[in-house]
Order: sequence, then C-alpha cells, then structure tokens
Amino acid sequence: MRRLLARRLLQGLAVVWLVGTLTFTLLHLAPGDAFSYHDRHIPADVIERWRHIYCLDRPLVAQYGCYLRSMASGNLGYSISQQRPVLDILIDYVPRTIELMFFSLLLSFVAGIGLGVLEARHRGGFPDWGSRAIALFFYSMPDFWLALMLVLLFAYWVPILPISGMEDVINGPSFSGWQRLVDHARHLVLPVISLVLLTCAAIARFQRAAMLDVMRMEFVVTARAKGVSENVISRHHVLRNALLPIITVAGLTLPSLLGGAVLVELVFSWPGMGYITAAAIGNRDYALVMASVLVSSVLVVLGNVAADLLYALADPRVRAA
Amino acid sequence: MTEPLLSVQDLRTYFRTSAGVARAVDGVSFEIAPNESVGVVGESGCGKSVTSLSLLRLIQRPGSIEPGSKIAFEGTDLLALDDEAMRKIRGNRIAMIFQEPMTALNPVFTVGAQLAEVPRVHSSIGKRDAWARAVEMLGTVGIPDPAERAKSYPHQLSGGMRQRVMIGMALMLSPSLLIADEPTTALDVTIQAQILELLADLRARTAMSVLLITHDLGVVAESTSRVIVMYAGEIVEQADVRELFAKPHHPYTEGLMAAMPRAGTKRERLTVIPGAVPSPYDWPAGCRFHARCPYAWERCEREHPPLYQIGAGHVSRCHLAVEPERRNTPHVPLAAQIGARA
Ligand SMILES: Nc1ncnc2c1ncn2[C@@H]1O[C@H](COP(=O)(O)OP(=O)(O)O)[C@@H](O)[C@H]1O
Ligand code: SF4
Ligand SMILES: [Mg+2]
Repeated sequence: MRRLLARRLLQGLAVVWLVGTLTFTLLHLAPGDAFSYHDRHIPADVIERWRHIYCLDRPLVAQYGCYLRSMASGNLGYSISQQRPVLDILIDYVPRTIELMFFSLLLSFVAGIGLGVLEARHRGGFPDWGSRAIALFFYSMPDFWLALMLVLLFAYWVPILPISGMEDVINGPSFSGWQRLVDHARHLVLPVISLVLLTCAAIARFQRAAMLDVMRMEFVVTARAKGVSENVISRHHVLRNALLPIITVAGLTLPSLLGGAVLVELVFSWPGMGYITAAAIGNRDYALVMASVLVSSVLVVLGNVAADLLYALADPRVRAA
Repeated sequence: MTEPLLSVQDLRTYFRTSAGVARAVDGVSFEIAPNESVGVVGESGCGKSVTSLSLLRLIQRPGSIEPGSKIAFEGTDLLALDDEAMRKIRGNRIAMIFQEPMTALNPVFTVGAQLAEVPRVHSSIGKRDAWARAVEMLGTVGIPDPAERAKSYPHQLSGGMRQRVMIGMALMLSPSLLIADEPTTALDVTIQAQILELLADLRARTAMSVLLITHDLGVVAESTSRVIVMYAGEIVEQADVRELFAKPHHPYTEGLMAAMPRAGTKRERLTVIPGAVPSPYDWPAGCRFHARCPYAWERCEREHPPLYQIGAGHVSRCHLAVEPERRNTPHVPLAAQIGARA
C-alpha cells in the first residue's frame, strides 16, 4: 500500500514536471511577451531593462534555467499583469476553484451513479432510455452554450438565482455570517449545475455499463438463489462491485472538469483559477500562466492518486496485495 | 410410496433469441423423495444447469419456462407463486450451490457476511445473531478457526474452502432440498472426495434431499442412490444407481460409462463418444442421439423414442427396448464417419 502510494506520487511528480516544461516551451515559443503591448510612453531602454530583470532577453534554454532556479528557491514568480506575487494570487483564487470542483464532482457522482443504477435496473424501459436521452442532450451541448442558457434562464425568465460573482456586491457587506453563507451558496448553484450537467452524463453511462457488467456475474445468480430481492441485489451486491471502476473514472474526470470549470468561471464571473488564467494568457503573464498550469496538473495528479488509494481501500483483492 | 418432496412434470425451458428458439430443456419429468439423493449426469450442454435453475425459477430473459410445465415442491405449485413467495423459498426451502465458488461468491464481501445474509433476508434476525450463526455454520462445514475465517474474503480461501463456504451458505436455513450444480468439477480429486463426503454427511444428519448435477458418472456412483441421465434437453435413462451400473440400457449411458476413467486401469486411452451434443436450436428428428449411436437404424431417424419401462424404476428412451436384437449388430456411428472424412 505504502509502496503503491510512493510510486504513484513519484509518477505524478514526473507528470507535473513534463506538463510544466511543455507549457513553458509553448508559451515562450509563441511570439511576443508581457511587454509587447506596452504603453508607448515608456522608453525603450526601460522596457529592455524590465525584459532583462524578468529574464526575457535570454535564449529559451537560459530562460528555462532562470525559471527552474526561481522555482527551486520556492519562488513562484511575480505576476506582471496583476503586479502581485503569484503565490498571493494563488492563495486567493485556488480555493475558490477547488470549492467549485468539489461540489461539482460530488454532485455529479451522486447524480451520475444514481442515474446509472436506475438505468441499469430498468434496462430497456422508460427510465433507461428517458434518462439516457436527457443525459445525451446535455452531454453533447457545448459547455459555454449550456452555461449561457442557464444565465439566460435565471437572469431573464426566472430571476431567482444570482448569475455572476460569488457574493452580493450591493448588500453583501451588511450581511451577517449566516446570511453571507447562504448568499455564497446561492452564487454557487448555477456554476455547479452547469458543471454537473456537463459531466454526470458520462458518469451515468459508465455506471450503467459497470452495473450491467456486474449483473452478468455468477454471484448475482447466487444472491438470487439465496432469496435476496432484486432491489437489494442491485443496491448492495451489484453496486458495491460496480462502484470500483467508477472510482477510477472519478480520477479521469478531473481534467475535463477543470477544463469545464475555466469556461464556467468565465461565464459566471466566478473568481477562480480559470477566471484569472484566461486573463493571464491574454496578457502573456508567463509566471501566472505557468503557476496555474502547475496547480491544475498537481490537482489532477493528486485526484488520481486519491482515486487509486480509494480503489485499493474499496477492493479487498487489491487491499491485500 | 411416500409423497415426493419435489415433482417435476414436463418441464420445458426455452430461450427465444434472435437465432431462434433454443429448447434447452425439452419435456423433463422426475421426482425426488424426502432425504433422497438423486444424480443428474450428461455431457456439457445437455441442459442440466438450465434444469436446475428452472427449479428455482432463476431463468433470466430470453429464457422462460413454457406453459404446461409443472414443478410441485412440498405440495406447492412453484410456477403459480408470485415473485415474492418464490423468493421466500429460495435459499430457505430450496438452496443451490454452483460449480465455481470463486465466481459464485461476491468478491467484495466477507464470507461471514455472505452467510449471515441468508437468515437476514428470510427473517428479522439481528446482525449479531446472524453473524454468530454464520460462524457456527462455517464450523459445521469443516472450516478450521471459523470465527477468524468468517472475516476472510473469498479470494483469501482455497478452492475447497470456498466450496465449503458455498455449502454452508446453502444450509444456513436447513433447506429440504439442496441442488448442487457440478459442485466438485472445479476442484482437484482429493478435495473433490472431501466435498462429496461432506455433502453425504450433512444429508445424513439433516434429512434433506440432494439433487447432484455432474458430468462425471464416477461422482454419481459414489454419492447418489438414483441416477437421471440427460441428453439433448431430455431424460434418456433413469434407474437406481446399482441397476444403472449393472445393466445400463441406453447407448448414451453405455458411452458415458466407457468414457469413465476406471481405477486400476493405467493410462488406458479413454473411449469418447464420437461427435458432440447437437444444437438446442435444432434438435435432430427421431432419436436425438442417432448420429452418435453405434446401433442406430432407420427407425431411430424417424421415430422419437418414448421412455420405455425397462425394469422396476428403470426407464430408457431407446428403441432397443422393443427391438433388443439390434444390439448384436453395432456399426460405426454416423458422427464418427463424418469425423473420419473431415
Ligand atoms: N441464456 C441462454 N441463452 C441461450 N441459450 C442458453 C442460455 N443458457 C443456456 N442455454 C443453452 O441451453 C443449453 C443447455 O445448457 P446447460 O443447461 O448450461 O448445459 P449443461 O449444464 O448440461 O452443461 C446449452 O445448449 C446452452 O447453449
Ligand atoms: S433409439 Fe436408436 S439411435 Fe437412439 S439410442 Fe436407441 S438405438 Fe441409438
Ligand atoms: Mg452446467
């Protein structure tokens, strides 16, 4: 178990390094840098000095060296566009993305697993094809479009939910602690719903397939022969086995959920990583883009390691090994 | 004669698939008396498993038990019960064990939990009491250190131990009928003998009946009192075990006996019945065994033989019963001729 963990973490480190290096190369190969679109009134020699300070006047390999050196000393760099240390920005924004992802992942698994079980239990019947048709509808919808439709719906037709930001900008400051929490939760609803609608179809599909796979297994016949009812068989005997592959899917869903989160954060002005990363890319703010890419890949790697561990805990055959 | 525990009449279980109708079990009738041990033998694909699953109404789509079939158990017409009433019989009055205990046990639950589940689904017994009974039962079926072993997962036990667990699970509520579908096929010979001994021992102690399904006549010889031979979805011969071994009537039974590995005869090449079991989608006309039979004559291809009475409690589905002189002129079966040409 501990060996497995160590190996996974080591692999993860390699992945993060690879992603970081690749992103670094691509970013720096693209024409222009943070000072390409500067104010015309700043003298050229000042710009050159800035370039020198930020290591931007050196060849690519040397820049990479600069970057590694600064990373090794624990310095994530300085955001040129926001005029703040990158670390401070991350501390502000990363928790908000994690919050969004956490609730989305949780809900989309609860909904996806529930739907998958329902579909498998009524295979070929109305709950099966009905729920699959609706899921497919949302799944095939472009993510930004879905988010925009939700905005339209809740901003215009049934204006009951806030569609932007994470707190009420007008009344917010006067709220008590409890009111603030409720207000925050209300702001979470639409971004979370968008992400859940986008991901739970795939999870339901996996869950349905896993359930049907397990239902064919012999121990299901044994359970029937013992007099266990069909409901208990699917909820207990089959589901426990069919959850195992879904744990792995959870890890694999993270990247697409992160990708979706970027768009959803933009549409709903949710001040998270995606929101600032989009701006940072436009500004050629290398340090900030690199940091957010690294944070994302660390999140994905940790998510997968967590999934592996959960799997090992849930499956007695792996636990023993 | 005592009232039979189980009486099956004209059981037909068909699978209606896109490829056609597979008549896997095609008119099977037999009875089992209380505390009797009956064997069912036949090659793979003869319909033994489908028969045993039908008794518990465990046939899933696209299979179904055809109207006109009758299964009476302890005086109840099982095919007339609603699903809930049938569920209450499974694992309780009739229990079943399977060939491969590794796949027949749920890999993610402890064996103790799987045993304890049986009384829990059939009564309002508490978790703790059910667990205690599970541990006790594991001891009864010969598992050492049952209190510890109950906490094991199936993959942590040996094949023989797993089959003991299956047997224990089946006996939790002292059923009056145990159906054992090839319970020793997946085990090696010494373990096989131990499991058969355990089954015989438990049957003697609990007065239950056992329907022992196997493709191995040797298993039947040791542990049953009456034998049903199945071929191509039908019963082709039925007799008392001693009578059957002394005076087999059906050429298929003879073939199975010739194929038995005998103790004492070393490394002798086993005679196998030429050809294979035909497809249930298209049983041959006449006698279903005729292509593989060394005595087959014109009548066999034309006329489907009924179950002829051969002796007391001995029936055989073979026209040799009425034309016994045909036995004197064996020939190479059709299936062997085709095989030789191919
Ligand atoms: N689910 C199914 N669908 C179609 N045919 C089936 C199904 N289950 C069993 N059969 C057919 O029924 C026949 C008898 O099978 P089975 O009872 O398992 O044989 P045995 O146990 O004697 O080896 C086989 O030819 C098999 O193909
Ligand atoms: S009826 Fe004919 S073909 Fe069938 S077993 Fe008897 S002799 Fe052989
Ligand atoms: Mg079988």
